Amino acid sequence: MELKGRIISKGIGEGEALATAQPISFYGGVDPNTGEIIEKGHELQGKSVKGKILVFPNGKGSTVGSYTLYRMKKNGMAPAGIINKECETIVAVGAIISEIPCVDKVDISGIKTGDSVRIADGVVTMTRNQPEKETKV
Amino acid sequence: MLMYLTEKEQRMLDGEEGYAVRKSMEILVALGNIYGAEQLIKVGSVQVAGVSYHNLGDAGLEFLNELAKDGKVKVLTTLNPAGMDLENWQNLGITAEFAEKQNLVIDAFKKMGIIISCTCTPYFIGNLPRYGEHIAWSESSAVTFANSVIGAKTNREGGPSALAAAFVGKTPCYGLHLDENRVPNIHVQVNASLKKLSDWGALGYSIGKKAENKIPYITGIKDAELDELKSFCASVVTYGAQPLFYMKDITPGSENYSPPKETVTVEDKDIKDAYDNINDEVTDIELVCIGCPHCSIKEIAEIAELLKNRKISPNTEFWVATSRLMKQISDKRGYTETIERAGGKFACDTCMAVAPLKGRFKSVATTSAKGCYYSRQNKMLTKMGSLEECIEAAVTGKWS
Repeated sequence: MELKGRIISKGIGEGEALATAQPISFYGGVDPNTGEIIEKGHELQGKSVKGKILVFPNGKGSTVGSYTLYRMKKNGMAPAGIINKECETIVAVGAIISEIPCVDKVDISGIKTGDSVRIADGVVTMTRNQPEKETKV
Repeated sequence: MLMYLTEKEQRMLDGEEGYAVRKSMEILVALGNIYGAEQLIKVGSVQVAGVSYHNLGDAGLEFLNELAKDGKVKVLTTLNPAGMDLENWQNLGITAEFAEKQNLVIDAFKKMGIIISCTCTPYFIGNLPRYGEHIAWSESSAVTFANSVIGAKTNREGGPSALAAAFVGKTPCYGLHLDENRVPNIHVQVNASLKKLSDWGALGYSIGKKAENKIPYITGIKDAELDELKSFCASVVTYGAQPLFYMKDITPGSENYSPPKETVTVEDKDIKDAYDNINDEVTDIELVCIGCPHCSIKEIAEIAELLKNRKISPNTEFWVATSRLMKQISDKRGYTETIERAGGKFACDTCMAVAPLKGRFKSVATTSAKGCYYSRQNKMLTKMGSLEECIEAAVTGKWS
């Protein structure tokens, strides 16, 4: 399936999706040395973003978060790409200075954790790896 | 629709002027497109935040070094406080390792042609925009002061987007650069009486919470001194409002608007509530810090007057945070000698919000509501009060 978005940061990125409906704060919310999400109570807490296509609505928190992304990139812990619903300053600047491909204006609700995703400039291509199962409670 | 670029701007984006300008253009174009700017506009000056090595880390330093290779600022550009006093860091308990890294950060900014002012009050040291001028500033208290007290126009930039504006000399025209976005949308009627400087911080707390993400039009205030407005600016934006307010008959532009329909009030009880929220239960005070935002020369004079023939408690550190320039005036006026004779220290170029203070002090007393906010992030217990109360705490080591 193909989705068209708006290019925030150029480039091609490929990987497994790590998706959340919650905003992410990079400064204080992600450990730049391990790539792990450490924000208390976040639905992705404990998950590593390394090499993933990170899918979330938008960034939040301190503008220092842009440098956190840059630090993750230098440490080899950055996501392979970022897909936002509505990108804002922190993530946009962070993605550009770190040269992480980033697109927004994409209906992110269609992307699930585990999907294979490729970002090539403004186009997001995705393949579902496993059929969705009904989970019984 | 994408932002319009002139041929020259397009060439800058294509790399004609090198790496720093290309990266800067990428940032400005992305922000312009996200926020719907039609074009870039010239800026008169830039204030760059993100200077403390404590916040930047090695990655930030590396990024600044990359930019410094071929990046030169095109407009007057000043700098926010660093993580330490650049000359007197040893006396303030900064480690040699930290100092070395911090100096590398400063070297990178120097190479870019930035004035190493290291203050959050650029308007006191020669970066003073005119009314209506477009600027690109970071540092939320200075942004609020520039927009509201001076009447210049700036968005709340982050460190990298401010740097980008400095290298290009322009910023995308959106948000608070456009008059239609500068219209007040909440009326705040102040019925409380304000007696001391810290009351203005408490007022900022209260209005910040009540006018979250809005532009307040404030009535009921008869008079305000510059230092009071400086303190209010820092507080109101820290606790939640937009970096722009109007104060009837006091700040420029207020004459152009009438109070918006949606109205909230601030009563004496709200001021008391602000103190109750900001103040922790603590008696022993390990640090007293005045100067968030950085002290004006008038505030330094007041501190010197109160410390005449007194001694700071051996259990307490007393810091005056200010810009290098104010310190030099203070030296000449003899205030520095009075304050240092009492056992106080000057912390120039730095402040309680960006210095690596975590773990060094368990408690702090200050006149600043913003200072309390950041001290809590540094795991300190906080007390906010008048200058007299803070000096008393410094001399006795206790908050009474």
